Amino acid sequence: MNATRVVATFTFKECARRRVFIVVPITTVAFLSLYALGNHYAFRSIGGSVAGPMGQVDARTLAGATLVGLSMFVTLFLGSALGIFLSFSAVRGDAEQGVLQPLVVRPVARTGLLLGRFLGACTLSIGYVSFLYLASVAITGATGGWWPQRLLSPLFHLAGGVTIVIALTLLGSVFLSALTNGIVMFMLYGAGLLAGLFGQLGGVLRSSALESTGKVVSWALPFEALYQSGLNSLTASATGVTRVIVQLGPLGGAQPGGPLLVLWSLAYLVLVGGLALFAFARRDL
Amino acid sequence: MAAFVAHELVKRYGATVALGGVSLEVGEGELVGLLGPNGAGKSTLVKIGCGLVRASEGHADVCGAPAGSKEARASLGYLAELFRFPGWLTAGEVLKLHQDLVGSTRGTAERKELLSLVGLGEVGERRVDAMSKGMQQRLGIAQALVGSPRLLMLDEPTSALDPAGRRAVRDILEEVRARGISVLLNSHLLSEVELVCDRVIILLAGEIVAEGTPQDLTAARGVEIETDSGSRRWDEAGRDDIPALVAQLVAEGAHIYGVRTSKPTLEEVYLEAVRGEMG
Ligand SMILES: Nc1ncnc2c1ncn2[C@@H]1O[C@H](COP(=O)(O)OP(=O)(O)OP(=O)(O)O)[C@@H](O)[C@H]1O
Ligand SMILES: [Mg+2]
Repeated sequence: MNATRVVATFTFKECARRRVFIVVPITTVAFLSLYALGNHYAFRSIGGSVAGPMGQVDARTLAGATLVGLSMFVTLFLGSALGIFLSFSAVRGDAEQGVLQPLVVRPVARTGLLLGRFLGACTLSIGYVSFLYLASVAITGATGGWWPQRLLSPLFHLAGGVTIVIALTLLGSVFLSALTNGIVMFMLYGAGLLAGLFGQLGGVLRSSALESTGKVVSWALPFEALYQSGLNSLTASATGVTRVIVQLGPLGGAQPGGPLLVLWSLAYLVLVGGLALFAFARRDL
Repeated sequence: MAAFVAHELVKRYGATVALGGVSLEVGEGELVGLLGPNGAGKSTLVKIGCGLVRASEGHADVCGAPAGSKEARASLGYLAELFRFPGWLTAGEVLKLHQDLVGSTRGTAERKELLSLVGLGEVGERRVDAMSKGMQQRLGIAQALVGSPRLLMLDEPTSALDPAGRRAVRDILEEVRARGISVLLNSHLLSEVELVCDRVIILLAGEIVAEGTPQDLTAARGVEIETDSGSRRWDEAGRDDIPALVAQLVAEGAHIYGVRTSKPTLEEVYLEAVRGEMG
């Protein structure tokens, strides 16, 4: 456990120390400013409810949920990107650089080292995701007076999604060199995104084949299913046509995950993590 | 108890046989030099000792514990052939990190002592990415000594060092030996090995081809005797054979003007041992 703590702290220090991470606050400020601007114009242009093709739509709910949904999309992306960058070279990349060997030779378990990496990356990425999500919600609330009725549920889903991305990245890092692993992880992320769009498109086109393709892929890469479920919980309180429209979502449909998704995500984490630990323990460095 | 024992170690990387059944021992307090051409398997052997690489067959022990086990790793210090410390850490922080991992409680005192031992006393606050390669290698040696290991495995520790740095490492090795620490030293620098090692092992294509103290390996071989009928050579003879040879020549009626034994350098012994392979 000592090694886990040392390595996790090491990850924090690395973030604080390396200039690369000045970029993160800068892009964050840029994103939130843009987001605030978007909120300002969106809410200025609406009033009460609008008559949609299918009946009355609560414009404030529609705008608020869509905006927060959009920000969740970006938040998951940025949080995952941070997680990927913190862990893509954890094993093979670091071993090729000769950074890992001096640590592994110390009387600590390899398991502990990898867990430290995982916890360090998770803490930072989830912290970042929480900040972005809560800041977005606050901006939308302050600008337009719309608040998600379930504040924390979407956040838990986002955090779960980022955790899974990090676990997958660490597993990849045992086998792949840093650059390859980074590319593969972003491709997987893209595949998840595509699956979400398939599901949405399938729903609109009433193509059950497309819809189930989307569903299978998003469960195979459960960060996507978690994101969809998080989106869904954002609008859990909306009713009628508003809910239907909001659920179509800007980027990937909102799909309720249910308790099964939570169980599956946990099992998935254990499986991916176990595989990574097992492979790392046997690997020549 | 021996600090390091390798028993019939075999390591295959796919079709490549890096080690073909190597057995050797590093005694307590002994300084053993491992020589051999590029690709001979020196680093592989050391990595197996450190638990970085798993042997295909055979086994190795460090201070009585199976190589790779926690106990084994707790008793050794390692400097890899290719290593890098995170550039954003200072020299002192690198040592602190390793103190934390090894569970050393000697704190600042140990760090100060090690930094000054390797001649980095003045640059403890400097970041690794602002250090020259040789300074990083010195830091690597200090890192290997964190936690007072009983066995040091050094894989070409002087490859980036200037002549003064090499000299300093020799002094450090003497100091380490004086403390009773055992050392397995990989090196291509024969003069260095000859000067500090108690014993030398020459590895070639994963097999041991020569082994002995530097004195034994470079022991006088061949006798040359100058007589009135020219100079004659006995390649297989040694110093002990001289009286008999001289007596015989005198009995044969020869006049003797000089007797010489020829003593090969370690380099000659080495090149002879690895000849053939090197073309
Ligand atoms: N990870 C690896 N994968 C495949 N082959 C390897 C690997 N590591 C080493 N080898 C092979 O094993 C053999 C021994 O390599 P090793 O690094 O032990 O040699 P060495 O004696 O340390 O050489 P050098 O003096 O160049 O450092 C070489 O043929 C090398 O190509
Ligand atoms: Mg080598």
